[in-house]
Amino acid sequence: MTPADQPNALELTGIGKAFGGVVALRGVDFTLRAGEIHGLVGENGAGKSTLMKIIAGVHAEHDGTMRVNGREVVFRSASDALAAGIGMVHQELSVVPELTVAENVFLGVQPTTNFGIVDWAKMFREAHEQLARLGIDVNVRQTMGMLPLGVQQLIELGRVLFSGAEIIILDEPTSALSPPEIERLFETLRRLRASGKSLIFISHFLDDVLAICDTVTVFRNGRKIATMPAAQIDKLWIIERMIGTGHEDLEESYTSERMLEAPPNAPVVLESQALCKLGAFSDVSLNVRAGEVLGIYGFMGSGQLEFARALYGKIIPDTGTIRIDGKTLRAKNTAAAKRAGIALVPESRRSMLFALEPVYKNVSISILERLSALLLRPGAERRVAQEHVEQLHIRPPRVDLPLGNLSGGNQQKVALARWLAYLPKVLVLCEPTRGMDVGAKDDVVKIVRGLRDAGLGVIVVSTEPETVLSLADRIVVMKKGAVVREFTNEAVSKDRLLAAA
Amino acid sequence: MMSATDVVERAPRTGAADWVRGRLRNIAPFATLLFLVVFFSFASPSFATFDNLGNILTQISVTGIIAVGLTFVILCAEIDLSVASIANTTGVVLAFFTLQDASTNIANKPLPAVAAIVLSVVACFALGLVNAFGVTRIGIPSFIMTLAMLQIGNGITALLVRGQIAYNVPPFIATLGNGSLGPVPWIVICAALTLLIGHLVLTYTRFGRYVYMVGGNREAAEYSGVNVKRIVGSVMVISAVCSGVAGMLGVAHLGSGQQNEFDNYLLDSISAVVVGGTSLFGGQGSIGNTIVGLFVLGVLNNGLDHISIDSFLKVLIRGLILLAALIINVYAQRLRTRQATSSAA
Repeated sequence: MTPADQPNALELTGIGKAFGGVVALRGVDFTLRAGEIHGLVGENGAGKSTLMKIIAGVHAEHDGTMRVNGREVVFRSASDALAAGIGMVHQELSVVPELTVAENVFLGVQPTTNFGIVDWAKMFREAHEQLARLGIDVNVRQTMGMLPLGVQQLIELGRVLFSGAEIIILDEPTSALSPPEIERLFETLRRLRASGKSLIFISHFLDDVLAICDTVTVFRNGRKIATMPAAQIDKLWIIERMIGTGHEDLEESYTSERMLEAPPNAPVVLESQALCKLGAFSDVSLNVRAGEVLGIYGFMGSGQLEFARALYGKIIPDTGTIRIDGKTLRAKNTAAAKRAGIALVPESRRSMLFALEPVYKNVSISILERLSALLLRPGAERRVAQEHVEQLHIRPPRVDLPLGNLSGGNQQKVALARWLAYLPKVLVLCEPTRGMDVGAKDDVVKIVRGLRDAGLGVIVVSTEPETVLSLADRIVVMKKGAVVREFTNEAVSKDRLLAAA
Repeated sequence: MMSATDVVERAPRTGAADWVRGRLRNIAPFATLLFLVVFFSFASPSFATFDNLGNILTQISVTGIIAVGLTFVILCAEIDLSVASIANTTGVVLAFFTLQDASTNIANKPLPAVAAIVLSVVACFALGLVNAFGVTRIGIPSFIMTLAMLQIGNGITALLVRGQIAYNVPPFIATLGNGSLGPVPWIVICAALTLLIGHLVLTYTRFGRYVYMVGGNREAAEYSGVNVKRIVGSVMVISAVCSGVAGMLGVAHLGSGQQNEFDNYLLDSISAVVVGGTSLFGGQGSIGNTIVGLFVLGVLNNGLDHISIDSFLKVLIRGLILLAALIINVYAQRLRTRQATSSAA
């Protein structure tokens, strides 16, 4: 039987989904042929994950119809989907590192003897046989956590297969893998394809998508934009469709080029040399000059956030050196990094702010050492806080209000106000505009420019190309924990950034 | 530009119910105290007397001094289970370095009074440092670390007194524990001073602010450049020193130093802090709360003695009161968090 004679493994018609008025998907038709690997690409928020959650039965309420092997299905839960033969391997593996490989393979469905006791011999034997069939040769008695991540992922894939899945969704399967591990994964996937399984491959890594997929579908703004055989397209074709070309003003701004200009001859304030942290980033060397905004761009999990934390003493790097104004800094904690002149705003408000405390205490905590030798001076604290609250247009401008009463964007500004009051030499901002509306984003751009003009070295770390493009004077791209490209004094646009990452 | 109406919209709602909910933590203990005072005043004619107020104050003094240190620890979202044990150890160390009567069969090393007192303070300080080291450097949860210290303290006490009882402490300490300044017992003055100092430190110093911030959101404190380990270590030492002082005065007050003498103070001091309304999750509360909590416990213990009640039932009643306080404590925390987050747009 040739694939053409078979019914399609999965056929979606007119799928739509809205979350409380916000449309996440509209009118999506999607066909997964039996025995193919189908790549799914699109920016964050384009609707890929929503679609996958509908297919995997996580979102039960939606418009449109779904057919598996020609039969119409309605999923009320993830177990319904699994019963219909649809399984998912998530980006964050759901393995139990403390258990053996065999136990992980049979998690929840261990074979038992007649007495209801786990049949260990059978479990080890079957786990070994089934993994061997996939071409995975591991000792099934070994503890899962001892194995490399790539192998753990293959084992999880094995588990999904053994649970009876004929259609498998792989979410960002290559993001944490090294090149040889990726090759091994691809080998397994090809083997699965040959045996008639159908795979959906979601990834930001376009090279990987083109290397393994038969068909590629591009999503943008909750719509399916295009589906093409992988052999007929290239990376640029995909990127153009992912970001859209000039249909709307907003999108036009994304594709337009921006000329980067690094300040000439300014002194280097921060230098990182061959900084390494096992499992997060390796051999990161870069520097920031006074009066410069350095953007660090990379996909989720590329090690850029960990690198930022290492600069601030929140993570202690394994090897390498950090220098501030030429002096080597060995910060054992954030207090030491702050004293040396580095400050950081993390990507989540919750880990930065004190929701129950008034605004002024949230601002003044960075400068208490300057304001008071021993006794607090609440009057001075309020004055400093009031000054910055007004300067940043924080609403309402009342410093005695508990911080939790402010809106999200205003809370984020309070986090900035804290370091504006302190004025470090280097300010590291992680995802500074995430979740902000346009007005607040503009404010942040103005604040960062102001800091740069005041002579600070600013590092902006983000997974959103727009953020980096709108703020940075120089851009470094990180991929899988390493710096892969630097844009200096040249024109850069979103598609070039995406192509580099 | 934002208009004035925006500002009004974003401002928190200020209904009476919201006001009470936001302050449930402070109102509930105070209401409990009032209720208990009124109840016992009607139930027993001997309760609401000036003499009895003195009794209550004296009875809660030792607990009060321990509770000051514990307030620091609990505000930091940690716990110290070794307070009573360290108090006992310090008290016995003091007695060990003081000349005892010939009848006391302890191999003690009499030293001048000043030396004995200094050594006792050093002892509790050192035990606090061990707690601090275990919690911050090694990373043992304070619950387990101080549980180990509870045993260690008891062990040191046992080795020093070997089942005997020591009666003598330096005269200066004996006066503070047993004497009076006019009508006011010195031990009440000591407790009041410790509470006052604790309050001043927590409210008016930079260190005090850091204690609240570390307890309120430890990660945020770290991201703000606060040396969290140093703050947590410091509160462990402060707690041990407060316990040590309470132990020295307690041995003098009780008239003897022996093993397991302070066992009840562990539960009493934790109860006082928590019943007073200081949040077990850290960051919320004050010495003021602790004072109210001390009085609730003091009035309860004292009042139950004034009415004829089965002494075995007393323990049960105290347990129930503690449970009720815990429920209010957790509930108040949830209300405040919900209030703070729900009014955010």
